[in-house]
Amino acid sequence: MSELIIENVWKEYGDQIVLENVSLTIASRAFVALVGPSGCGKTTFLRMLLGQERPTRGTILLDGQPIPTEPGRDRGVVFQRYSVFPHLTVLGNVLLGKEFSNARYKAKLFGAARRNAVEEARKLIGEVGLSGAEQKYPAQLSGGMQQRLALAQALIMKPKVLLLDEPFGALDPGIRAEIHTLMKRLWHETQMTVVMVTHDIREAFTLASRVVAFERRRDRPEEKQRYGATITKDISIWPPRLAGVPSKFSPDRDGPIDSLGYSRDDPALSGE
Amino acid sequence: MRWINTRPGRGAQLTLLLLPFVLLIAAYSAGSVARLAENPSDKLLPNLAGFADAINRMAFLPDPRTGEYLLWSDTVASLIRLFAGLGISTVMALVLGMAIGMLPYLRALLSPFVAVISMVPPLALLPILFIIMGLGDASKIALIVIGVAPTMVRDLALKALELPREQIIKAETLGGSSWQIALRVVLPQILPRLITCLRLQLGPAWLFLIAAEAISSDSGLGYRIFLVRRYLSMDIIFPYVVWITLLAVVTNYILDRVRIAVFPWSELEKQA
Ligand SMILES: Nc1ncnc2c1ncn2[C@@H]1O[C@H](COP(=O)(O)OP(=O)(O)O)[C@@H](O)[C@H]1O
Ligand SMILES: [Mg+2]
Repeated sequence: MSELIIENVWKEYGDQIVLENVSLTIASRAFVALVGPSGCGKTTFLRMLLGQERPTRGTILLDGQPIPTEPGRDRGVVFQRYSVFPHLTVLGNVLLGKEFSNARYKAKLFGAARRNAVEEARKLIGEVGLSGAEQKYPAQLSGGMQQRLALAQALIMKPKVLLLDEPFGALDPGIRAEIHTLMKRLWHETQMTVVMVTHDIREAFTLASRVVAFERRRDRPEEKQRYGATITKDISIWPPRLAGVPSKFSPDRDGPIDSLGYSRDDPALSGE
Repeated sequence: MRWINTRPGRGAQLTLLLLPFVLLIAAYSAGSVARLAENPSDKLLPNLAGFADAINRMAFLPDPRTGEYLLWSDTVASLIRLFAGLGISTVMALVLGMAIGMLPYLRALLSPFVAVISMVPPLALLPILFIIMGLGDASKIALIVIGVAPTMVRDLALKALELPREQIIKAETLGGSSWQIALRVVLPQILPRLITCLRLQLGPAWLFLIAAEAISSDSGLGYRIFLVRRYLSMDIIFPYVVWITLLAVVTNYILDRVRIAVFPWSELEKQA
């Protein structure tokens, strides 16, 4: 089980109200896509789920317990960039979580323990389609491969919740479609709860079981400081999707999108 | 074609590389010939034979008074001081720099202090060092440490701080403790920077060493230069200067090779 309950959460930075009165209950094994205009506080919201930031007001519960105030192994994360360690090979990146958990002081595994961990890591590397690249460094991988590596690295911890902040925003459309298929498969296999920030609406509807939109209700320049964003739309995809449960009605719609041409968060066009 | 797009070929590159050195030697030779033509016993710009004789005396014939081969004994004495000073500075930079970069409490405590200390002109402290530590090697090594360590500490602290926050968060979600993250994420990524930093500090380190040796010593390259100055022995001073430069250049080169060999990913990152 990994149910997230967000109750009346506010987030302010100094005078600026970023999020106001956000309440959301995310069921176990759901895949929630957060969409909204740039700067409306999606990343801030994710940071609070991660434990990197604390809400100014309100509570966040994971399985009924207040969320820890620092990041931990129950919540995995993939960012748009800097999610993998440039000084470790593909294998080293995926192994790292295992080494942290099993070698308290050396943070490095040897002998049989290492062999077991390597075996597990290789399996995951294969799952995300990086077999053969085990000894490469991230700088030698394409953007799509790096994000797949970041996924494998996070998944080896078997987190309850996986948090994704525009993980595929910088990828080419073709590569993105490929990684969507992978993402969907991993979600079904691991049956974890996923919260993904994206500003690609199509991506949101392709992957998620539920699409939640954040928006400022008042967005005139002089009101920006005083009013934060909140949930303005909350759409459950029909037919319902749930990790580990095959779609009854339209398996084709849950397949990968084949988007051509550019979309708004292509790197060359993105305003960020 | 634009100037910015015209590149030298291999041969031209080598020629260009050698040109300034050849010009320097040619200019010196011309000056030397002119002066010696006027006054054969001129000491200011000795000719090649003069240098060969001096080098032979210093490097390959034992000193009549002490029986030592002066160039080598001077080199050993200087290098021991230099590397002792740089070694101590390196260890300090690593420990303090990482601690300041990673731990907010230590940063609050030490960061302003180190910034102020790094502004103290080290040579102004030399008399104090001589008074407290005596005229032996300790005060010279201390001068090098005071001269280069604060800069190195600051540089490494900055480097540790510069690591993308995302990486540290990611490591936390993989279950890493502060110690584990220091050991496996921060340390390996700042070690290449440490080597580069060390290379940049070679110049200042030699400066402080020679200054200390000039003022009080009974051996060392700096000591010898300032000793023979009294006899206007340019035939010894010039080769010593060239020798010191050569030592610095070789150290610099070796350190860079070590970085590339030990941290291959740091070179990849540069190209990426
Ligand atoms: N650490 C911070 N300090 C002050 N303001 C911040 C901080 N982090 C984010 N903000 C502000 O919060 C707002 C929302 O930012 P963010 O969550 O990154 O938006 P999004 O991810 O939706 O594009 C922005 O206006 C940003 O300036
Ligand atoms: Mg964002």
